[in-house]
Amino acid sequence: MKSWPLYEVFIRSKAGLHHKHAGSLHAADAQMAIENARDVYCRRNEGASIWVVLSADITASNPNESAELFDPAEDKIYRHPTFYHVPEGVKHL
Amino acid sequence: MNVVDIESGFQEKIDKDIRIEPRDWMPDHYRQTLIRQIGQHAHSEIVGMLPEGNWITRAPSLKRKVALLAKIQDEAGHGLYLYSAAETLGAERDQMVEELHSGKAKYSSIFNYPALTWADMGAIGWLVDGAAIQNQIPLCRCSYGPYGRAMVRICKEESFHQRQGYEIMLVLCQGTPVQKAMAQDALNRFWWPSLMMFGPPDAVSTHTEQSKRWGIKRFTNDELRQRFVDMIVPQAAHLGITIPDPDIKWNEETQHYDYGQINWDEFWQVVNGNGPCNKERMEARVNAWKEGAWVREAAMAYAEKHQHQSISKSQAV
Ligand SMILES: [Fe+2]
Ligand SMILES: [Fe+2]
Repeated sequence: MKSWPLYEVFIRSKAGLHHKHAGSLHAADAQMAIENARDVYCRRNEGASIWVVLSADITASNPNESAELFDPAEDKIYRHPTFYHVPEGVKHL
Repeated sequence: MNVVDIESGFQEKIDKDIRIEPRDWMPDHYRQTLIRQIGQHAHSEIVGMLPEGNWITRAPSLKRKVALLAKIQDEAGHGLYLYSAAETLGAERDQMVEELHSGKAKYSSIFNYPALTWADMGAIGWLVDGAAIQNQIPLCRCSYGPYGRAMVRICKEESFHQRQGYEIMLVLCQGTPVQKAMAQDALNRFWWPSLMMFGPPDAVSTHTEQSKRWGIKRFTNDELRQRFVDMIVPQAAHLGITIPDPDIKWNEETQHYDYGQINWDEFWQVVNGNGPCNKERMEARVNAWKEGAWVREAAMAYAEKHQHQSISKSQAV
């Protein structure tokens, strides 16, 4: 028999916060994945909402290409407030 | 980049305390070492439910029963966090289970000792979970991201395990002489096997050096064992029971407690399958797996049927 597929579990710990990756688990279907995630990752009120997604459906960036992917942001210091001159005595800027 | 550059780049990351994540390049030996260690750790959590499961229906009060149930459920969770951490390295869950059942994969030898009395629930929480905590805290900083994150979650949950165990011991030690004797007996039987939980002495430990270099292990077996002894001796004194080792005494020079010789023959006997409960434990696991097969199949069949139905429904619209 083929084994149950793997799901990635994301949990919102309380309203106002993002869902955050908690881990993964096997389940026969998405509904069961949510029920199992309740027992595996939320035994102590860690959750207000759960997302599950088949691990196989996630597209991830390639760590070998991280440099090319992220270095365009590296030299753009003008994207940060500290790049700009604020005259002495000027407030709320 | 040639292989040597990649390898030294990897070691450089580890030396800088940069975590390794699942899709990052890693030496095959690092991957295999982690799969073995995390798998062994996961199996220990799962098999570790058995000695305590033995006492759920006989817990002396509802309070003790819900605590024991919650603890055992946590251990199941710990096993699951760890299996999924191993799977991020390419291990297959079913294969890990198969290797446990065939005896190819090991688990902590402590769980091959029987839980004979209620006091053993106290001793296990206090000593066995106490030893596990000593082992696990440094693993929160393990170089492999998913393992470290699983350990953070586990460590948060373990402290209740140790406390409820100590409280069981405390209540027994403040009870009748027979109850106190029961607590003493449990300490007598679990003390030495708990010390063995830290693994063979540094002089003969084969994996320690490499694991340290790779940031998997932060302390040696003997260092962790010493911490455990230093933690437990005053706690036992508070209970008013005696550690079954006449050589235990405070050493002014080292600022640690000295302790006696561990019977490593017994350790290896148990590791190699000849402990008091090895057979029983594996039988329980294999039976649970076999008897649960129809549930796994039925759930899968239901999920597949359901999926076909929802596909034809959405096509109908
Ligand atoms: Fe645990
Ligand atoms: Fe535990």
